[in-house]
Amino acid sequence: MAARSALSGWLHRAADSDVWWSFKSSPMTVAAAVATFLIVAVAFLSPVLAPHTPFDPATLSLTDGLKPPAMLSADGDWAFPLGTDDQGRDILSSIMYGTRLSLVVGLASVVVAMTLGITLGLLSGYLGGAVDALIMRVADVQLTFPAILVALLIDGIVRGIISVKRHDEIAIYVIVGAIGLSFWVQYARTVRGSVMVEKNKEYVQAARVIGLSPLLIMVRHVLPNVTGPVLVIATINLGLAIITEATLSFLGVGLPSTEPSLGTLIRLGNEVLQSGDWWITVFPGVTLAALVLAVNLLGDWLRDALNPKLR
Amino acid sequence: MIAFILRRLLQSIAVLLAVGVVAFSLFRYVGDPINAMVGQDTTMEERAELRSKLGLNDPAPIQFLNFIGNAMQGKFGLSYRTSEPVGRLILERVPATLELSLCAAVFALFVGVPMGVYTGLYPKHWSSRLFQAVSLIGISLPTFLIGILLILVFAVWLRLLPSFGRGETVQIGWWTTNFLTWSGLKALILPSITLGLFQLTLLMRLVRSEMLEVMRADYIKFARARGLTNRAINFGHALKNTLVPVITVTGLQLGALIAFAIVTETVFAWPGVGQLFIQSVQFSDIPVMAAYLLLIGLLFVLINLTVDLLYFVVDPRLRSQGGAARVAGH
Amino acid sequence: MATPPNNPPLLEVKNLRVEFPTRRGTLLAVDDVSFDIAPGEVLGVVGESGAGKSLTGNAIIGLLEPPGRIAGGEIRLEGRRIDNLPYEEMRKVRGARIGAIFQDPLTSLNPLYSVGHQLVETIQTHLPLSAAEARTRALDLLKEVGIPGAETRIDHYPHQFSGGMRQRVVIALALCAGPRLIVADEPTTALDVSIQAQIIALLKRLCREHGTAVMLVTHDMGVIAETADRVAVMYAGRIAEIGPVRDVVKHAKHPYTKGLMGSIPSLGVRTERLTQIDGAMPRLTEIPQGCAFNPRCTARGSRCLVERPDLMAAGTTRAACWLHDRGGIGAPVVKETADA
Repeated sequence: MAARSALSGWLHRAADSDVWWSFKSSPMTVAAAVATFLIVAVAFLSPVLAPHTPFDPATLSLTDGLKPPAMLSADGDWAFPLGTDDQGRDILSSIMYGTRLSLVVGLASVVVAMTLGITLGLLSGYLGGAVDALIMRVADVQLTFPAILVALLIDGIVRGIISVKRHDEIAIYVIVGAIGLSFWVQYARTVRGSVMVEKNKEYVQAARVIGLSPLLIMVRHVLPNVTGPVLVIATINLGLAIITEATLSFLGVGLPSTEPSLGTLIRLGNEVLQSGDWWITVFPGVTLAALVLAVNLLGDWLRDALNPKLR
Repeated sequence: MIAFILRRLLQSIAVLLAVGVVAFSLFRYVGDPINAMVGQDTTMEERAELRSKLGLNDPAPIQFLNFIGNAMQGKFGLSYRTSEPVGRLILERVPATLELSLCAAVFALFVGVPMGVYTGLYPKHWSSRLFQAVSLIGISLPTFLIGILLILVFAVWLRLLPSFGRGETVQIGWWTTNFLTWSGLKALILPSITLGLFQLTLLMRLVRSEMLEVMRADYIKFARARGLTNRAINFGHALKNTLVPVITVTGLQLGALIAFAIVTETVFAWPGVGQLFIQSVQFSDIPVMAAYLLLIGLLFVLINLTVDLLYFVVDPRLRSQGGAARVAGH
Repeated sequence: MATPPNNPPLLEVKNLRVEFPTRRGTLLAVDDVSFDIAPGEVLGVVGESGAGKSLTGNAIIGLLEPPGRIAGGEIRLEGRRIDNLPYEEMRKVRGARIGAIFQDPLTSLNPLYSVGHQLVETIQTHLPLSAAEARTRALDLLKEVGIPGAETRIDHYPHQFSGGMRQRVVIALALCAGPRLIVADEPTTALDVSIQAQIIALLKRLCREHGTAVMLVTHDMGVIAETADRVAVMYAGRIAEIGPVRDVVKHAKHPYTKGLMGSIPSLGVRTERLTQIDGAMPRLTEIPQGCAFNPRCTARGSRCLVERPDLMAAGTTRAACWLHDRGGIGAPVVKETADA
């Protein structure tokens, strides 16, 4: 009962809030939210929705190879609405499975980056001194280098340590780790700044006096304070992480072609682009662009809505 | 001011040392330098002998100093993949990357900044909204996708521009240039646009938001109250105040440009350092990776130092001693 | 110094209305405000923050920040209507005929240009002078506003000046082209108390010497009492009382003005104790029916709840209060002020 009225109260406040108002009054943002939702839903339902299972070799037939999109060409086959690649794989199904993989990698690496960044930021701000100096110097150095380079380097190091075959098996974890490690700095800086402000406030001192762990108290007070900025960073990073994964896969150092993400699909298509079979590349490309654009639009809006100074 | 620059120099050296340590650890512990030099049939004894001759049994700090000393002379060992000296391999490819990055930077700067000023001054105009929307698409499209689409349209369908390689180049000393032949210039167009487009949209959006911010500043309102012309306010007062962040980001983006050259070079089969690096990551060719890392580190540090010096030219507050200390601490 | 009847006023503001469209409806921030300023006269405009005094000033210099806009009335400078001028025409008026001084000297100057550059730029915008002549004039202005060592200081940047010195530079900038009117919006609020008096004295002396009129917007009744010839008291977007400063200070007619005067300790007016007005000025969204001051008024009558009073003559001043209505329908019952 109490929980229910609390929920309805929350809903009521949410519906009346400026954030909701700015959401409703921006048709672009609403469209982006709808697009994101659709892409995510279709991607995660791909085992149910996809007409083919493109990466099960048993279902493939080379006679279906290189069919143009049915909706654009009379040579097409309506079994393959967006055409097929040279192996006879259905592009539409490949895209659905690929999008799911891209999303999973993107989300997982954002979680890794966020967890790492928030933890290091808390430690850095709370402990201060040498720990703080060390963490922040590492952050400075890392920030000097673009994230994609850091991710590439981490990937290259892992390849140097383990064999190529093993690498294909654990590629997805390597990629998530590499991207996560290259995006933690912003979270750490934001959280650290907030901790520095809270640290000297009286309630923290008071907590110390009555014997509570000040760290615990601060975690409880600091985290709600940084929810907004962290959410904005995370949304913007999601777009970046998806792009980074796609780029790594495109460069051939990301996910293997046995388990292709959107980036891998684009790379495979690019290899036959010169012969004019454009659909193999263009459709995954358009999907990738639409997904990132929708996420970026949401991130942009969120940043403006949560930052009254910019309004 | 001197103190500020000294401090920045020290910081740069620290960054370079950190990069050096990473590169050294890569070189020494991830890869095994011996493997690069000997064949399959070399005995363990021979390996051990070579190991001590190369100083690989020395304490790590000594090895590190040797590594840095060699690096300064351009000696990075042999590539695992081609068995060529890494220094020469990189040097051959540096001109291609630098010329491409330069063209991309010029494109981004000379198109992005004016567009940013325009959209910042007239944020409500329909063309500004259009630019803004297009720019969002621009930052959402991954570099490699832009490259592929450009190739599809201009090389595959229209057959106007080449889709791979540098075209004909002219050799000047050890430097090979694209700028002196027609085919070299044509080959530059698509890769430069691909590489520069992201930075262009980034710059445009930055200049726009800085302009909007500055236009709200009190001194702009006061400049209006003084009856200055719009021209003087927009270009004399507002634009100059956006320069500091624009310089910072341009500097940082120059670094990003060189990093993203990796992608562009792969798409266009451009024989630059980035392509070399990707091949080295694929083959875990550690000496090349280590050398590339050092080179990029050096480049980034130089760019950052230049950016710091430019601040002094733009902002008088930094020229006084106290101001410099404040900003350095910041 | 009241306006002599045969002397046309320098500035006439008639029935000025300024409104702000917001997502919760349009706010009327300045509601039917009228006043004159005579040549050389100092008009103080006083009120709490949000009373509409700064907006009135901004409307006069044509720099209302969007989405704020003039919704009605007119503004005339030297008989010429200026509230509907095209931007470029109004630009030529600003700086040349009307100067402006803003609250914060720290942010009014562009940090990237020397003060000399900013002075010369303003002078050359409005006066046909060569660069050398403009620099000479800039130097003279800096000397006039009391910048010591003006010859070297002219090439210094704003961050090299103290707050008080910067406000002097701002005043010099406002005087560049010899304007007839200066709109000074809280010119001393951001300064140290010890500097405030100097800046006010400087402003007063310069305007007397140049015959420049001043519209002095402030919430500081002390500054007004020292400087102004006449004073307009604003409350919730309207003028509550306007008249010669001495009369308003000593014999306030509007209950709000009385309360305002009662809260000033240092005017030499003999009071038993300092009083304060209970409550706060209503937000623009919640202005009550009738007189906007009625919820806080100690002399409220039934008429005040339904009918909004306009300015009416009350002795030597004019006040928007039914207490002074001589037409006399249903004069309000005056309650005795209880000792709170």
